[in-house]
Amino acid sequence: MIAVAMSGGVDSSTAAVLLKEAGEEIVGLSMQLWNQRRVLQGEDEDLKRAGRCCSLDDIWDARRVASHLGMPFYVLNLENEFESTVVSPFVASYLRGETPSPCILCNNDVKFHHLVDKAAGIGADKVATGHYARVRHDESLGRWLLLRGKDRGKDQSYFLFGLTQNQLSKTVFPLGELSKPEVREIARRAGLPTYDKAESQEICFVQGRSYADFVEKYAGTGSEKPGDIVTKEGEVVGSHTGIHKFTVGQRKGHVATGRPQYVVKIEPFENRIVIGNDPELHERRFTIRDSNWIAIENVTEPIRCDVQIRNRFDPQPASVSRSEDGKIVVEFDKPQRAITPGQAAVLYWDDVVVGGGWIERIAVRPERPSVKTL
Amino acid sequence: MMPVFTEHFGNASSIHWFGQQAKTMIDDARSKVAKLINAETSEIVFLSGGTEADNLAIRGIAESQKSRGKHIITSQIEHHAVMHTCKDLEKQGYEVTWIPVSRDGLVDPGNIQRALRPDSILISIMHANNEIGTIQPIEEIGAIAEAADVYFHSDGVQSTGKIPVDVRRLKVDMYSISGHKIHGPKGAGALFIRKGTILKPLMTGGGHERNRRSGTENVAGIVGLGEAARLARLGLSTEMPRVEALRNRLEAGLKARIEMIHVNGEDAPRLPNTSNIMVDFAEGEGLVISLDLKGVAVSTGSACSSGSLEPSHVLTAIGKTPDEAHGSLRLSLSALTTEEDIDYVIHVLPGIVERLRELSPYYKKV
Ligand SMILES: Cc1ncc(COP(=O)(O)O)c(C=O)c1O
Repeated sequence: MIAVAMSGGVDSSTAAVLLKEAGEEIVGLSMQLWNQRRVLQGEDEDLKRAGRCCSLDDIWDARRVASHLGMPFYVLNLENEFESTVVSPFVASYLRGETPSPCILCNNDVKFHHLVDKAAGIGADKVATGHYARVRHDESLGRWLLLRGKDRGKDQSYFLFGLTQNQLSKTVFPLGELSKPEVREIARRAGLPTYDKAESQEICFVQGRSYADFVEKYAGTGSEKPGDIVTKEGEVVGSHTGIHKFTVGQRKGHVATGRPQYVVKIEPFENRIVIGNDPELHERRFTIRDSNWIAIENVTEPIRCDVQIRNRFDPQPASVSRSEDGKIVVEFDKPQRAITPGQAAVLYWDDVVVGGGWIERIAVRPERPSVKTL
Repeated sequence: MMPVFTEHFGNASSIHWFGQQAKTMIDDARSKVAKLINAETSEIVFLSGGTEADNLAIRGIAESQKSRGKHIITSQIEHHAVMHTCKDLEKQGYEVTWIPVSRDGLVDPGNIQRALRPDSILISIMHANNEIGTIQPIEEIGAIAEAADVYFHSDGVQSTGKIPVDVRRLKVDMYSISGHKIHGPKGAGALFIRKGTILKPLMTGGGHERNRRSGTENVAGIVGLGEAARLARLGLSTEMPRVEALRNRLEAGLKARIEMIHVNGEDAPRLPNTSNIMVDFAEGEGLVISLDLKGVAVSTGSACSSGSLEPSHVLTAIGKTPDEAHGSLRLSLSALTTEEDIDYVIHVLPGIVERLRELSPYYKKV
């Protein structure tokens, strides 16, 4: 039996259709992840707002689809897990001056982690989702590989770099070989009540508010700490009302010099925003933390690969090595714009995900480790 | 019920013949419900279900008696319909004493006696608990309420139709009934209101149901509830003993085949159809889903709180830890349950429990 994680959207619904058509025994599971009551107590307007992946509307849609397909369907309540592994770290990350990527945390630590377990508990040996990605077992490596979805425009492998070998061995991505138009067509043909539903874009629990707003609401009073805006040389050129309102690369309208200025660095301890010119945003080296390796067991020798530092960015050639203190260091061949702490860096060999980690620290000094080309 | 949808379209408040016909059908249903609990026909008010019955009883008395006092006594294991209503009244300035229960899930009438104060206006104690099925000593509490001249409401949603109910003997002033708990329709219920009881209606409007519940009657629902009440009364002596035997067979069978399971409320007087089974080291949600996939519909906690992360307040009140509460299954039987059904559960549950225990990080250590 395969447990299909159903979000109520077209993609996961179509995943269910395809499995059913392939004759698999399937059961639908939806995760209730967030309740706006947790931050927005007493604000009726927000409570009533219909929204994205965490809202009841989506769970209802998932239930309608399941009933349309005649498959059993259950809602798992993972609100506590979601809050502690996604929402709190998201807020903490902003307050540390980073720009977090909560959907990846959610995939790793909530969706796959709990789904695989829950599925096993109810007798399902595999879990399917509507992600555009592919899984393959490589005999020669003896490892499970994660590959980009065939539709490069929709590919979601970037969000899945944290999957472990055990999770990959139990995962099915029925949409991996399909394009979005093909998926919509299948959904329409299957008569899914949701075939023309809009796609979710926002971070589900933030819904319509600004991130800064959410962070302040969740963290409560005291999260808005005013501080200085400075140049790279340390000259104070302005003030800010909280570092969580900034992200690296963001244009900051200080044009004293006549040239556009950007946030080049956020300094949490000094509570400062550093601004500079566009060229100053370009860096080559950074370290990653909490890495996960898929195509390889670990980084021992330096490797060559393409590294993607944000969703939808083009991956760029780089060397990845382990420094003396055990840190994983990424060094691009050419400087890259706006390498942002808190975002994920995912390593690729063509379509194959080598592994990845969270961007931690941008090193300013470009020093070259010796690199062996694979 | 069906003729109400297809032939009898009358509004029971109208003078014309169509309306008269509907009114007759309602009163016919009223007398059937009254008969089931030994009330007089005029003491039955129809409304939308158990929840509304509880609300009308508690809020109605709270409003009508507030000049006398604002103290209410209830238990810690009431259904949410009572519990949340009392909590809401607390916010409005009423004082509520929440009586604890024993490990078997029983209220000690002595505790009610001791909780009484000069400003007490209402005691609300459920007849049988919806999660563990324990039957409270309503008659003794009724005597205490009568002696103290305090109104007494009992939520009889679970007990009605499963054990004999005589509102005169129980000395209750108000008694809640829900249609769908006796194989009647959902969204229909009744409140017994003893003659002479003064309570303020929840609904204002055209003064239906003798000014106790305004709003055009749900004729089909009421007719269905009436018929369900009639059948339930007949089944009390014929069906319920059989159901109880099946329940006992289920519990004995499961205990023989699964180690480390316990029946909550086992030593208390219980409804014949309810079994609440605590399975150590097996996660409740997994149990429920696995059983459902095998065609067995059970729940953890009360139906209203599934999907919620709060452990059942009933199981917590009988001393269970949140983990124990989450690992408890509520199995409900009815007159339609067969011996094959029971044997099927006894057959499939052990494998499910074993699978879930294999995944439990705590089980292996034991
Ligand atoms: C004890 C008890 N009281 C009240 C109710 C609420 O009744 P209804 O669902 O008809 O509103 C229920 C069950 O739903 C119940 O078990």
